[in-house]
Amino acid sequence: MTLPTISRTIEQASRIILGKQAQIRLCLACLLAQGHLLIEDLPGVGKTTLAHVLAKLLGLQFQRIQFTSDMLPADIIGVSVFDRDSGSFRFHPGPVFAQLILADEVNRATPKAQSALLEAMEEQQVTAEGATHALPDPFFVIATQNPSYQIGTFPLPESQLDRFLMRIELGYPDRAAERALLQGESRRDMIAILEPTLTAGDLRELQRAAGAIHAADALFDYIQALVEHTRTSGLFASGLSPRAALALLAAARAWALIAGRDAVLPEDVQAVLPSVAGHRLKPAGESGGATRLMRSLIEAVALP
Amino acid sequence: MRLAGSARVRAMWLAASVAVTLAPHVNTLPTWLSGFAALMLLWLCWIVLHGLRLPPRWLMLVVVGGAVAGVLLTFHSPLGKDPGVALLTAFLALKLLETRAPRDGYVVVLLCYFMQLAQFFANQSIATAGLTLLGTVVTMATLITLNSERLGTTERLRLSGLMLAQAVPFMLVLFVLFPRVDKPLWGLPSDAFGGSTGLSDSMTPGSISDLTLSGAIAFRVRFDGFTPAAAQRYWRGPVMNDFDGRTWRVASARMLAKVPYQVSGPRTSYELTLEPHNRPWLFALEMPGGTPDNATLMSDYQLVSRTPVRNRLRYMLSAHTAVRPGRSEDAAILEAALQLPPDFNPRTRELAQSLRSENADGAALIAAALRHFSLSKFTYTLSPPLLGRDSVDEFLFDTRRGFCEHFASSFVFLMRAAGMPARVVTGYQGGEINPVDDYLEVRQSDAHAWAEVWVANQGWLRADPTATVAPSRVQGGLAMAVPEGEPLPLALRPAFSWVREIRYRLDAVNNGWNQWILGYNPQRQKELLERLGMQSPDWHTMTIAMSVLCGLIMLALAGWALAQRGRLDPLQRAWERLSQKLAPAGLARKAWEGPLDYAERVGLARPELAAAVREIARDYCGLRYGAGQPAAPDKAARQLVSRINRLHP
Repeated sequence: MTLPTISRTIEQASRIILGKQAQIRLCLACLLAQGHLLIEDLPGVGKTTLAHVLAKLLGLQFQRIQFTSDMLPADIIGVSVFDRDSGSFRFHPGPVFAQLILADEVNRATPKAQSALLEAMEEQQVTAEGATHALPDPFFVIATQNPSYQIGTFPLPESQLDRFLMRIELGYPDRAAERALLQGESRRDMIAILEPTLTAGDLRELQRAAGAIHAADALFDYIQALVEHTRTSGLFASGLSPRAALALLAAARAWALIAGRDAVLPEDVQAVLPSVAGHRLKPAGESGGATRLMRSLIEAVALP
Repeated sequence: MRLAGSARVRAMWLAASVAVTLAPHVNTLPTWLSGFAALMLLWLCWIVLHGLRLPPRWLMLVVVGGAVAGVLLTFHSPLGKDPGVALLTAFLALKLLETRAPRDGYVVVLLCYFMQLAQFFANQSIATAGLTLLGTVVTMATLITLNSERLGTTERLRLSGLMLAQAVPFMLVLFVLFPRVDKPLWGLPSDAFGGSTGLSDSMTPGSISDLTLSGAIAFRVRFDGFTPAAAQRYWRGPVMNDFDGRTWRVASARMLAKVPYQVSGPRTSYELTLEPHNRPWLFALEMPGGTPDNATLMSDYQLVSRTPVRNRLRYMLSAHTAVRPGRSEDAAILEAALQLPPDFNPRTRELAQSLRSENADGAALIAAALRHFSLSKFTYTLSPPLLGRDSVDEFLFDTRRGFCEHFASSFVFLMRAAGMPARVVTGYQGGEINPVDDYLEVRQSDAHAWAEVWVANQGWLRADPTATVAPSRVQGGLAMAVPEGEPLPLALRPAFSWVREIRYRLDAVNNGWNQWILGYNPQRQKELLERLGMQSPDWHTMTIAMSVLCGLIMLALAGWALAQRGRLDPLQRAWERLSQKLAPAGLARKAWEGPLDYAERVGLARPELAAAVREIARDYCGLRYGAGQPAAPDKAARQLVSRINRLHP
C-alpha cells in the first residue's frame, strides 16, 4: 500500500501546486511523522492551496482558521453556551475540531490567541470551562506565517516555533510553472474534483510504518554529530534541543518511507534538516539566510 | 542438565581448548592416559552433538576414582612432575564433563593455561613454544566465548590473536628486562633429565657406534680466533684408563689447581654451548688454556664440572692445538697407563714385542704401529662383527672390521703391551660449520675415540689409528668414511644434500633460540643491556626501565586504540577505499556526503561507472544503515572491497 499511494498522492498534488514537488514531499513527510507544519511565505504563493490539496487528497476533514489581531482563544477552541432547555452550559466546538487545520497567518494574532492553538497542537486536546475535549485523530496543523518583517505581526516565540516539526518556504514558482499556472484552469475547480488517494486509516497505517523505519547505530551517530555541532560550533545562538533531535529522526524516517526505503540514510536526514532545524536555530552573528546556514551545517559535519 | 544453544557452543570451545592444550603432552603422558583424555573429549562431543545430558555425579565420581588410581598405579606416587602433570591431565579431561555453571568453564580455562605452561617441563623447543602459543590463542578465544555470545568463530580467534599481539610488547620488555637469576626459581625433580644422550664413562665395542646414529647436537661452538682444520678438531672428553679385556673405564683422577703445562704455539678461543647430557664432563678442544667457572682440569687433562650438566651450558675457552702436555708426568699415572689384564690377547702381545724390538725410540714405535694399521687392510664400518674373549686379537688379526672404538682400544692395548704408557680418549672429532650462522655444530654422530701415548721428553702424543685407516673420517666426518649402504642419520647421507640444507637452517634457528631465548641468563642480559647503552645494569635500574617501558607501551596502545576508534570498521574502510580510488579523477567523496548522493554525483561525472558505483553504494547503505545486520559483516565488507577493487576508474 505504501509506495504507490504515496507517489500517487505526490503526483496528484503536484498537478495542482506546480513546480513544488520538494515542498509537497516535505509536507507529506511532516504529516507522516505526526508533526505540524509551518509554512512561511508571502501571501499568494499557494500556501492555502497546498493545505487544501493535502486535506482533499488525504481524505481529511478540513478547517481553516484565519488569524487576526482581534482574535480570542474562544474563536479557535469553541465556547460554552447556556442551553436554556437543559439548564446547563453546552460546549460548542470551535474550528480547531478538525483533522486538518489551516491556521492562516498565525502571526497576525496576539500571543494569547496563538497560544490557544499551539497548546491544542501539543496536547491533542482542548480544555474549556474545566471540561477536556479530545481533538480528532489524525490531527494536523498547517500554519502559515507572513515573513516577520511585515507590518502587524506578532512573531512566534522560539518555544512555540519548536512545536512545529517543520517550517518550509514555498517561494515563487519558476517560469515554466508560472506559465502553466497562468494557462491552466482554476485551481479552485481542480481541487473541487480532486479524489482522495488515502483514507484516514491508511494515513494512520503509514504513520505507523514511518515510525518503524530502521535507524542504524551509524545513523544515530550522525544525528548526534549534527546536534552536537549546533551546540558546540558557536555558529548558533543556542543548539538543537533533544526534542529537535527526535523531530529530526522522525522526519528523516518519514522521508525514507516516502523514498521507498526501509532504513534511514544520511541523505534522508540531510533532506529534512533545513526544514526541521531552520526555525529552531538562530545564527549567532550576522550570516546569510536560513538556507545557507543549514547548508553550512550539513557540510560541516562529516558522516561518521 | 541438557546442553542447548549457547551452552553447546561453549562446551565445544572448551573441548577444543582442552584438545589443543593436551595434544603436545601426548609425547610425555602414559599412553593409556592420552587415550583416556581422548575418550572423555569424544564423550563430550557425543553429548553436545546429540543434545544429551551431562553424566550424573556418581558416574563422574567413579571415573575420577579410576583415573586417579590409574595414575597412582603408573607412577607409584602422586608427587613429582610427571605424576602431577598426569593427574592434572585426567582432571582437565574430566572437568569438561561437568561444566555446568560458567565458573566451571573458567576453571577449565585456567587449567588449560597451566597445562600449557607445564609443556615446558618436558621440552623448550621452538615447536613446543609454537604449539603452546596455538593453545593459548584457542583458550583465549574460549574465554572470549564464555563472556560474549555475539561473535563468530573466526572473529573470536581473531580477537584472541589481537589481544595476544597487544601483549607482545609487554612480553618483550619483561623478557629483556626482568632481572634474571642464575638458578631456576624452583628446583626441578630428579626425573626431569631422563633420556639425555652422550658419551658415558665406559667404552665397550659398539657404545660409540650406537651413539653416532643419533644426529642430535652435542654442542655448538663459535670461534673467536681462527677455526682449526677439521683434522685438528679433537674435542677431549672422558679419558679411559682401566681395561678389563672388554670394557674401558674412566679411572679416578686428581683435580689440578691450575693448568700444568706451558701454553705456547697457535692459540684460538671459542665459546662452547653444551647441550645437557646429565654428566659432569665438559668438552674442550685439545688442549685447553684454562678452565671455565665451576669446572676443574683433572690430572688426565679432562675438564669436569662440579655438577652434572643439566641445563644448556655456555663457556668460553682458549685452545692450544700444538701443546703436548705431561712432559714430566707422575710416575703413578704412567704406571696406571701401562696396566693390562693378564692372559688376554696373546697375539697382540706378540706383535707388540716384535714392534718393540724393532723400534727403540718411542715416536718411531708409534709410527710403526700406525703403519701396521694402515698396511693391514682394515675396514672402517659402523656394523662390525661381534668379537669374542680376546677381542683385540680377533679384531687385529681376524675380522679387521671396526669402528673408532675398536681402533683406539686395540691401539692402546698394543702400545701398553709394547711398554708405552697409553690411554683411550673419548670425545668428539670434527664437527660441521653451519654456513647459515657460522656456528660449528658438533653432533653425537661426531663422537670419536682415539689414543694418547706418552713418550719420554715429549709428553702425551695423540695417535689416532682411525685417521690412519680412514683419513676421510677426521677430515670430512663420518659420512665420508663409512662405506655406502650402511645406516647413517638421514641428514648425513650425501644423497640428501637438500635435507642437509634445510637442517642447516633449522639448526641455525634452533641455535639462535637456544643462545638468546633459552640461554638468556644474567650474563647475557648484562651484555645485551650494556650494548643497549645501560651503564652497569642492576635489578634496580632494570625494574625502573621495565616500569617506564611498560607504561610507555600502555600509552602507545591506548593512543592507537583511540586513533583507531570508529575507523576499525572494515566496512568503513572499504567505503573509504572507493573514495580513494575515485579521488584521482577528482571524485573524492566529501566528508558529509551521503552514499547515494555520492554515487549519483560519480554517475553524472562518469556515466560508464554509474551502474557499478550505484550498486556498491546501495549495498554499502544496506550494510551500514540497513535493518538486518548481515551474519558475517567482515565477509560482506570483503566482498564489497573486492568489488571496489575490480572498479577501474
